[in-house]
Amino acid sequence: MYNPTVARLTYRALLGRRRALILFALPALLIVIASAVRAFNGVDDQVAADVLGGFALATMVPLIGVIAGTGAIGPEIDDGSIVYLLAKPVKRPTIIVTKLTVAIAVTMVFSAVPTFVAGMILNGNGQQVAVAYTVAALVASIAYSALFLLLGTVSRHAVVIGLVYALLWEALFGSLIAGARTLSVQQWALSVAEKVAGDGLVASDVGLPVAVALLAGVTVAATWYAGQKLRTLTLAGEE
Amino acid sequence: MTTLNIEHASRWFGNVVAVNDVTMTIGPGVTGLLGPNGAGKSTLINMMGGFLAPSTGTVTLDGETIWRNESVYRQIGVVPEREAMYDFLTGYEFVVANAELHGLGKAEARKALATVEMEYAQDRKIGTYSKGMRQRVKMASALVHDPAVLLLDEPFNGMDPRQRMQLMDLLRRMGTEGRTVLFSSHILEEVEQLASHIEVIVAGRHAASGDFRKIRRLMTDRPHRYLVRSSDDRALAAALIADPSTAGIEVDMAEGALRIQAVDFGRFTELLPRVARAHGIRLLTVSPSDESLESVFSYLVAA
Repeated sequence: MYNPTVARLTYRALLGRRRALILFALPALLIVIASAVRAFNGVDDQVAADVLGGFALATMVPLIGVIAGTGAIGPEIDDGSIVYLLAKPVKRPTIIVTKLTVAIAVTMVFSAVPTFVAGMILNGNGQQVAVAYTVAALVASIAYSALFLLLGTVSRHAVVIGLVYALLWEALFGSLIAGARTLSVQQWALSVAEKVAGDGLVASDVGLPVAVALLAGVTVAATWYAGQKLRTLTLAGEE
Repeated sequence: MTTLNIEHASRWFGNVVAVNDVTMTIGPGVTGLLGPNGAGKSTLINMMGGFLAPSTGTVTLDGETIWRNESVYRQIGVVPEREAMYDFLTGYEFVVANAELHGLGKAEARKALATVEMEYAQDRKIGTYSKGMRQRVKMASALVHDPAVLLLDEPFNGMDPRQRMQLMDLLRRMGTEGRTVLFSSHILEEVEQLASHIEVIVAGRHAASGDFRKIRRLMTDRPHRYLVRSSDDRALAAALIADPSTAGIEVDMAEGALRIQAVDFGRFTELLPRVARAHGIRLLTVSPSDESLESVFSYLVAA
């Protein structure tokens, strides 16, 4: 289910394109914010949780997920170069699972690692805040990568749709409308973080069993469906 | 023996029919798929390459369905028309990746690059390649697993004459080795030079099939229209209509010319100057008025 050649091509495509700059810019911004907050505010567990929850988990993780998830397959489908992968005796689901693995790894490295570093800067992992949000970023990375990889497989406008989802649904509606929160990767990840962090610092609207079930369900369903879509992907000619 | 079989295959996109009830068999040797732009050649090749499902009908390789069947790619090599490749790789890295995806390695990649004579530029990024170089690296990637079937969509597009000749030699060699080579083109001369067998596609339909002599004959033994101006149009008209190679002549007063319909192309082209000379008539203009490839093709469809 994993093809090292597909993985190598995906890594190079993801990290070689210009949009990869965002992969570096967002974590850098988080570290700058964390350093500034620490410098002006000193150590405060609640502020640390707010920064990590409000910027890292609500904005940075989904954005990195959009770039890595859609970028792992979307450009290849758009320009047609995926034909070189498809015209091979390699199972299509293997291509998807491999690309998903790469997308997850990239999202984790560029979101969970900086989240942990920022947490350490903010309050030195007091009340387990840094670890809690790092765990949340790790589990969110998996679900986001699967969702956005599917989006990259089915739509040419994957990046736009992904951004709308990440910024409007997760960041805006998620904080305004209670119902939207139940259907939010961010809330599911927070539910996991809630178990790790000290009392009252992390709160989620979704219970842990539901959150874990939804995270796993969405990841598996999106990956399976992307594999199916790739099996019947039609490459229209230029006529 | 590897044979591609297309049986009553049609493909439509929404309301547009791109391929309409095509039946053909493509066996070993070089076959040219000839047709004007937009005739449905790419759609047909995409169906043979497993990138498009036929809306109706079947496309098989030695009896095995091609659509949704990854295992056929052990036998098929595809050279797509699209330019997009992994531009950030070098030619060598690209061909090695293609070899690995077939479960092969560097040795096969090197051999394929040697076959297309691209070793000299294999360490440059694909992004820096000319169109002809890209085409050759695409060829190498398709040849790396030594496939029995090679599908090429407009492979000569954008190649200079030397590169064109090289590729033709290569494909000819593949054909003599017993491989099934199919390439598409909208240029009759290209197909004639290379293909031992020609399939003609026009407006999604299978218009003709045969060796190049048969296709040439179909294209030349058809009513030809000429516009002729001379020093004495009426005397020329009278002299020409007496010969069976001429089917009809119209005196176009507005143009000040004759519109002649010839049925026997060879005989008419020989007759016209002879008759003019015998009657002391000077020919001022002789121009074929429907020589575009499109009109040849549309004639073939109607036939």
